[in-house]
Amino acid sequence: MNARPALRGGLRVDSHKARPLEQPIATLPPPAFAVLALDQGSGEPAQAIVTPGTPVRVGTPIAIGRGAAADLHSPVSGTVSAVESRPTVAGTGPCVVVANDGGNERDSGLAPLDWITLDPAVLVERLASGGLAGLGGAAFPTAGKLALARAAGVEWLLVNGAECEPWICCDDALMRERAAEVVLGTRVLRAACGAARATIALEDDKPEARAVLASALAASGDDRIELVVLPAVYPLGAEGLLIAAVTGREVPRGALPPEVGVLCQNVGTAAGVARLVTEGLPLLSRVVTVTGGGVRRPMNLEARIGTPVADLVAACGGYDELRPPVRLVAGGSLTGRALASDAVAVTKGLNCVLVATAADLPGRGAEMPCIRCGDCATTCPIGLLPQQLHRAAMADDAAALERFGLADCIECGCCDYVCPSGIPLTARFHAARERQQLHEAGRRRAAEAKQRYERHRRRLDEQVEAERRAFEEARRRARGDGAGGA
Amino acid sequence: MNGATLLPAVGVAAGLAVALGAALGWLASRLRADPDSLVERIDALLPQTQCGQCRYPGCRPYAEAIARGEAGTDRCPPGGEATARALATLLGREPRPVDPRYGTTSPPRVALIDEARCIGCALCLPACPVDAIVGAPRFMHTVIASQCTGCELCLPPCPVDCIALVPAGEPARSRDASTAAA
Repeated sequence: MNARPALRGGLRVDSHKARPLEQPIATLPPPAFAVLALDQGSGEPAQAIVTPGTPVRVGTPIAIGRGAAADLHSPVSGTVSAVESRPTVAGTGPCVVVANDGGNERDSGLAPLDWITLDPAVLVERLASGGLAGLGGAAFPTAGKLALARAAGVEWLLVNGAECEPWICCDDALMRERAAEVVLGTRVLRAACGAARATIALEDDKPEARAVLASALAASGDDRIELVVLPAVYPLGAEGLLIAAVTGREVPRGALPPEVGVLCQNVGTAAGVARLVTEGLPLLSRVVTVTGGGVRRPMNLEARIGTPVADLVAACGGYDELRPPVRLVAGGSLTGRALASDAVAVTKGLNCVLVATAADLPGRGAEMPCIRCGDCATTCPIGLLPQQLHRAAMADDAAALERFGLADCIECGCCDYVCPSGIPLTARFHAARERQQLHEAGRRRAAEAKQRYERHRRRLDEQVEAERRAFEEARRRARGDGAGGA
Repeated sequence: MNGATLLPAVGVAAGLAVALGAALGWLASRLRADPDSLVERIDALLPQTQCGQCRYPGCRPYAEAIARGEAGTDRCPPGGEATARALATLLGREPRPVDPRYGTTSPPRVALIDEARCIGCALCLPACPVDAIVGAPRFMHTVIASQCTGCELCLPPCPVDCIALVPAGEPARSRDASTAAA
């Protein structure tokens, strides 16, 4: 490796991953009712193709993805009982509810793939119809990313096993137990995107996973895949930062990794791809870390998509009455989002349920004024100046926000963590971003309205002009007739 | 000191004055602020609802009036405080809140035609400045919610008062819910 540090800034936070990793991944039985949010975490809903009463089997497609949404399949067999709005990880949104008949019957259309001889374009199509999505949290359709990567001609596939949030360890557990699947998935993804080489990256706090992966790699005999170990610094698992650390290439603002010749995929996604190839199964389940001081037995669970979070907590021994949880968080303690209740269901993007007690969350006193100490700028992994951004956000100064690079902020929360004044910087930046988007949308609407108004005016003017001409024509003709008659 | 020694100095000073004056005059006419581009920039900040609440027949005429210095920056209720502030910043004037005489700022709304009561008179069609109403004589009309700017200009021509303004984004959802329940 070169002497360049893997990450500028960042945090070294206490890890809380040991307890869930003491036990192997437990498989949760399918839920009685699977609640499948049409938005699986990417922010864009898929289009439901079933109605209440439709019989489905395990793996039957129930929603078709568009844009940033992947296809969705029924994780259980039974009947669709409702298509309605329900609380979801992202808030509230349309969901397909499938009542489980307990039969666990597989859809007949599922067959393993011969990926080695398959044309890469067809392979990408099959991955799309398998509903594969980024299991790192963003839930962006894998096939969409692969198609982009193929079009851009990427030469480097990066498989992200860096899990830097202090509580999440589902990828670690997965790599330890299913290294062969991760390696197979990596080979398939490499073939599908056409990259010449592939790298599986993970941090130095996962020696077990590293050892297992290394032997699985040796067993596969694929010499185009290498293993890279990086220091365990938060937030090195963020796509752009990992790409910079491994390849030394920086993804420019507003660009996607394929533009610098790299495609990044999560290890969980790779394992999902392996399942699709070997068993023909679409993405029906994922590994979720259920952890935190408020749950009795923290562990990693393999749960079907659509399983209520309450089932997950119950499988871990339930809530601990002695240490009452104060908040349920989807994701880690640094970037996670609070869940409204434990009635929400597992999505493709849900990597962790943190049943947090007051002691688990980074404490934050009353907000004090910024003393311009600059700690936030030192820790910012992107190299922004959060204190300046904060001033601009408070003043709602769009030009300054743009100048100080709000668009580059990855909302990792490092600045919040180190701020001695307890300023909720990331939340402010997020809100500023939303305001900007709202403003942009208003601008677009106004521009469109203006165009329509101009067309409207022109049309009315033309109508008036046409009427005037018709009137004059009629008058001229009447005069002409009068002259002819005389 | 006699006149002969003074004369060149006076001559040079006078010559300079004439030359610089001519240069400044030519530059002033050449580099005059383009009034059209100012109107464009003001117009770009307006919400383009074409509602006429500013007492001008549309956003562009209001922009022209602001550029002429005839109207203040406080006459646009749909734009609200953000627009008033942006206009004041652009023009270097003191920001002033929207004058309540011209209307009050409300959250975005869109027109909704009660289709059961619409008689298909087509009077609201030409009234809509952004052509957001679909319909024909003797056929029911409907508003394209995504195009409607909520300007209220379709309300006065409607003879049966079947058009109402509802909060933007809600009618479609409530209608979905009612059909799902039915």
